[in-house]
Parts: sequence; C-alpha cells; structure tokens
Amino acid sequence: MREFGYQRAGDVSGAVALIAADPDARYLGGGTNLVDLMKAGVERPARLVDVRELPLDGIEPTPEGGLRIGATVTNSDLAAHPEVRRRYPALTQAVLAGASGQLRNMATVGGNLLQRTRCGYFTDLSKPCNKRAPGSGCPAVTGEHHNHAILGATDHCVAVHPSDMGVALAALDAAVTYETSDRQGKSPIADFYLPVGDTPHRETALPPGALITGVVLPPAPVAARSRYRKVRERASYAFAIASVAAALDVEDGVVRDARLAFGAVASRPWRARAAESVLIGAPADGTTFGTAADAELAAARPLPDNGYKVTLVRNLVVAVLTELAEEAAR
Amino acid sequence: MAPAPSSTSSAVTLNINGEKHQLTVDHRTTLLDALRERLDLTGTKKGCDQGQCGACTVLVDGRRAVACLNLAVAAEGREITTIEGLAEGDRLHPVQQAFLDLDGYQCGYCTPGQICSAIAVIEEHAAGWPSAATEDVRPEAGPPPLTPEEIRERMSGNLCRCGAYVSIVQAVARAAEAHGEADTESAKETAA
Repeated sequence: MREFGYQRAGDVSGAVALIAADPDARYLGGGTNLVDLMKAGVERPARLVDVRELPLDGIEPTPEGGLRIGATVTNSDLAAHPEVRRRYPALTQAVLAGASGQLRNMATVGGNLLQRTRCGYFTDLSKPCNKRAPGSGCPAVTGEHHNHAILGATDHCVAVHPSDMGVALAALDAAVTYETSDRQGKSPIADFYLPVGDTPHRETALPPGALITGVVLPPAPVAARSRYRKVRERASYAFAIASVAAALDVEDGVVRDARLAFGAVASRPWRARAAESVLIGAPADGTTFGTAADAELAAARPLPDNGYKVTLVRNLVVAVLTELAEEAAR
Repeated sequence: MAPAPSSTSSAVTLNINGEKHQLTVDHRTTLLDALRERLDLTGTKKGCDQGQCGACTVLVDGRRAVACLNLAVAAEGREITTIEGLAEGDRLHPVQQAFLDLDGYQCGYCTPGQICSAIAVIEEHAAGWPSAATEDVRPEAGPPPLTPEEIRERMSGNLCRCGAYVSIVQAVARAAEAHGEADTESAKETAA
C-alpha cells in the first residue's frame, strides 16, 4: 500500500477544502470498500480526509414530508430507523440485505453510493480493466461474466453496481446532495450515475472534489407497501445476482401507482420506467406483472453466460408484485 | 523508541478494554495489526484481512466492527473492546460461558470474533433492530423473536471453517435467553 497522509475533518467546508487542495486525496467514511481497495492496490490515495465525525449523521423529516438522511449515517442506523421502516420498508430491507452486521455498522450512506464494482477484473491488477485503467480493455465481455450486466452495458464495460441500498433509493426517487468548495448541489439519483458509454471509469455526476452530504427521500405514500428481494448464490452475506425493489398501490384491483428498480443487472441501480408505465392503470394481476417485466427486459442484451438473469429478473418482478398485490387485497 | 510522527504516521492514543495505549502508527496500520503486532493483544484473529470472514470482529463504541478494515489512526477517540476485555477477572462473559458450555467452536480460531459478534447481535436484537430474516420490518410489527433463522442471518458475517455453526447458534440462543431473563429481573427490581 502506498503511504498516505491522514486528517480528520471537523466541518464540511474544511473537508472539501482539504480535498480541493489535493487531487490525490480521498474522503474516508467507514472504509469498508476504500481500505479494501487500497490493500489491493486499486486505490492509491496520497491523503485520506476522514469525514466520519462530520455532523452529517442525522435522519430528519423534510418540510415536504420526506426524509433527509445524512451522508455519515451508518447502514445500521439507516435500516433501524423507525420512520424508514414505517414509510420506506423496502429501503430498510435493501440495506439489511447487504454485507454483514459488522460492515453495516461501519459503512456510511455516502460511501455506499460511491462503492465500486466487485467485478473480479477490476480488483485484479494483472488484468486489463477500462474502469481501473481507462483504455486497457474489458476482459469480462469474453471472459468471466456470469454475474455481469444485462442492461445498459457497452463493450467497454459490463460490470454491475453492487449496492442494494441504491436500488431502493432509485425506486424511491431519492436525490443526492453534495457540496464543493464553491457551491452546494443536488442530483436526482436517476442522473447521479452516468451511463457507461466509452468512459466506464467516470461513474457519477459528482463534480471533482465534491463531498456527498446526504440523501433526500421525497414523500412517497406508495412506498408504505414496498419490498426488496435479493437473489444471491448463498442465503446471506453475498452480493446480489439480481434484486428487485418494488412499491405498489392497488385500488379496486387496479394499479394506481408503482415503483420498480432492479439491482445487479447494470452499471447503476436500474429504474424500470418502461415496466412502471405498463403497470399504472392496468389490472393488478400476474399477466400485467409479466408484461411489465417483459417491457423493461426487451432492452436486455445478455452475454453468453448471464442470460439466466433475464428470466430471473422477470420471475422476481412477478413474484414480488404478486406478493404486494395480495397484501393490498387483504 | 517509537519513531517520530511524520506526514504518513501519527502519534495516537488508543482506548482498548478501558486502558489507554500511546503509540505512533504508520497510517497504513489497521486496527487489527495494531492490536496484534504492536499491543500483543493477539486474541483478535486475522483470517482473510479483507472484511469477509469476521475473525477480527471487535466492539467499537459498543458496536461490532471488523478490525481489518479499520485504520488504527481512525480508531483514536473510540472505545475498543476485544475478546481480552470481556471477562471480569476469572468470571467469563455470559456469551463466552455459553460458547464453552455448548461447544460453540472446534479449532477456536474464529471464536473470539464469533463471541464479540454474538454479544452485539444480542444487544442489536434487544434494541429492536430487524434483520434480513425479519418478515415484517415495520416498527408496528414489534421486535422479531430471536429464532435460529434470525441468529444465522445476524451471525452470517462470521465464518467458521470447522463448521461448528449448529452449536454456535445454540450458544447464541442460550446467551440471548439469559440476557433477556436478566433484563426481566432487573426490570422487576426497578419496579419493586
């Protein structure tokens, strides 16, 4: 590991100023991903600015009726918060589906959004990787890709985003707030993660040196009936091979409102808007749910070894929406 | 003599098991390596060193965390509890005793991490935290019973290569039960 300087930031503007002065510096949150990548040699910062003690650890109601979640709130505190559990249960379920109790106590909301892909080529310094070494190539396209993207990928990169939390946030229309040395900004999660294109190393719309200060959840009555379901290769403590965050509002057997997002299928949490437009106004039954899934997955371009994900996501969508519809009918 | 701090090292005071330790650490030093290599607290084990196995689980400000992904310099100001800090004299911590009584181990390498993790699992459950095994996470649903399924999910960050999981789950269940009874007793005393 490269030697590095370490400083603890006392306030947001101080943290941002330290990073602005040193392009080789990184913010340190819980360290569960960054420290691991530093050990692997993938990240080689010259300086760490520790932001864990910044006063960004609150979860507060917003005047609009949503919630504002600070960037240094731990995954554990987010998942356990009564208002999150009551109003956005899919978010609690998504966070609890990720990592282990130990890691959730360390990991922060800001860091969770910025965590890097677990593609094996990304962390293997002996292999090319366009995300790690732009222009070097993507061996996953013809290599090991059974857990790679089926939506939105290009020949430049087929890696998936590993966050569970982000999938729920995408379904809930969350926005990410940030601060730079000269301004405060806000980015809807739909625009926060950039399309892969030919620049897979550019992952987010955050300006250089920006510090994520929090996440804003708009009020979403539909989210009161919401669910996150994750499929993985073992029962617990593994990254998803596919996941679905869904919310459904049904009245008289007809879908009044719906939210749907997929995880582990693309370089970012995948909001399924094509599926949602099929759902809204249609009968809340298995036929509708299957048609909605098909509408979204029409854009899928599976690789030779990950075509199973298309079927898996379709089945997940139908199963989760059927459960939510049955719950609504009770 | 400890080397003088530089731009890539710092003099820190670590609070471990209620005792303050002053040392100079290269910033690359993890809390795990500081415990084992600098402070001779070798009860905390190094398994994968990548946050995947849980052998290095310690309590940081009362919450479980993996020491291998914590930097020692970032641990300054926090209260660290390791397996060495659990017993009171010759009296083992109730979770340690439950692991002994129920054979919650085989080779013992993962045991310090398992025990630190189990202590936190019992606290987290007592605080009403749901888990991925909890059917209804809404607060109105109330705290889930600590079933074997809940214990397995909550303990999934601690691997045991010997596969002693069956008795680990029993040990955690027994310790949780004793913890709950102790809480009920003290509540009765307070009420009286």
